[in-house]
Amino acid sequence: MIELEGLQKHYGKIQALRGISLNFDPEQVVALVGPNASGKTTLIKCLLGMVIPDGGRILFDKNDIAGDVNYKRRIGYMPQIGRYPDNMRMGYLFGMMKDLGKNRITEHFDEELLATFNLEEMFAKPMRALSGGTRQKVSAALAFMFNPDVIILDEPTAGLDPLASEILKQKIQKERKAGKLILITSHIMSEVEEIADSIAYIVEGEAKFFKRIQDIKSETGEERLGKALFHLLSK
Amino acid sequence: MNKIIKYVLHDIFRNRILLAYVVLLSLSSFGLFMMNEDVSKGLSSLLTVLLIVVPLVSILFTTIYFFNSYEFIELLVAQPLKRSNILLGVYAGVGLSLLTAFWIGIGLPVIIFDGTATGWYFILSGSLLTMVFVSLAFLASVITRDKTRGIGIAMMLWFYFTLIFDGILLMVMFAFSDYPLEKLTIFLSCLNPVDLARIMVLLKMDISALMGYTGAVFNQFFGSSLGIVLSMTVMLIWIILPISIALRIFKRKNL
Repeated sequence: MIELEGLQKHYGKIQALRGISLNFDPEQVVALVGPNASGKTTLIKCLLGMVIPDGGRILFDKNDIAGDVNYKRRIGYMPQIGRYPDNMRMGYLFGMMKDLGKNRITEHFDEELLATFNLEEMFAKPMRALSGGTRQKVSAALAFMFNPDVIILDEPTAGLDPLASEILKQKIQKERKAGKLILITSHIMSEVEEIADSIAYIVEGEAKFFKRIQDIKSETGEERLGKALFHLLSK
Repeated sequence: MNKIIKYVLHDIFRNRILLAYVVLLSLSSFGLFMMNEDVSKGLSSLLTVLLIVVPLVSILFTTIYFFNSYEFIELLVAQPLKRSNILLGVYAGVGLSLLTAFWIGIGLPVIIFDGTATGWYFILSGSLLTMVFVSLAFLASVITRDKTRGIGIAMMLWFYFTLIFDGILLMVMFAFSDYPLEKLTIFLSCLNPVDLARIMVLLKMDISALMGYTGAVFNQFFGSSLGIVLSMTVMLIWIILPISIALRIFKRKNL
């Protein structure tokens, strides 16, 4: 569904992506894992057209995304830190996003998270008055809003309370079963183990490996993913 | 794009700074018109406000607004919207708000006190000047990521066009006073939209004492009507060029 071919990006002298090639198919949860500043967020931003790569290309359903915006109709994105216009009230923000994305859906908006996170109660509050966790909930609700085929979540559970992160995990599983491709980044291995099917391990802008979690475990003979990864990487 | 303009307008019209700008402009217009018995004297005093305050507020407000809406722009870029539509939408929204403020604050009093063609040219020149500095502000905003630096560049542009440029012009004239400078003067004036706005109004008012050297040259060379058309055209270029460059940069910018 999404193919990255030799993707490269540098910021000044810093080489953020050094020719990454990966293929993502639908109906799975892929975790992008790697140290801080390894290029995960840059990779995601390239997918969303927020950062324009210097080399390589990205195919979405076999079509090059360079210069295109329509493919974004099928992507939901939850940023690492959700930042919204300060003076905008939450209800207005949702109204605006729905208005701007009217042509993105065929049936109705997916407002499940809006309900389970109880966000409607806070619709009158301006975005600047919200806590970091509540903003994360808003970001998550917006990512699923248009019933997209691909959902990209950048550190989704960082800053969420335990109940909310459980709700989000269940939502991810539900959408996966519905045939969606879900890309997440995370530093919490137990969480990756719980929700992801495979891991793309990225170090210094290169994809070190892309494997199913089961295979990683059986290869190393470890029960816990964290330990298995440690084994695999220290080899 | 229309939707983006709508949301930007919704956001800006509740902005207190814009309201303060309207109040400041109204106070100075009504004050100057009431203090001066002669309407044309009031108008020429108001011209000073037009040439200093309008560019300053337009460029500063736009730059600050752009950086404060950075999150909003980021949010929009992740949506299936063209980058050019996003930037031009925000541009049109900010431009319309500042124009509205100008029309209420200066346009209305000018029409009330001086409903003649001169008054209308005054408003046209101020509107063009507003848009020139909104365009320049967008250019200053997209070439850097840093808010402080962006505002710094915006301030430098304002300083350059309202103060430094005249100094340079004076120096050039002083140094080359032995040569015929008419054509050079016309060319140099075209490089400064603030001077063009001034010339445009003064040519219409026909007050040669206030025209200054550049205005007089325009008058002599083109006569008043052609001079006005020429300065208006060059100001339009001053609006289109910076925003086009800003658009090109924004299309390739990493957010």
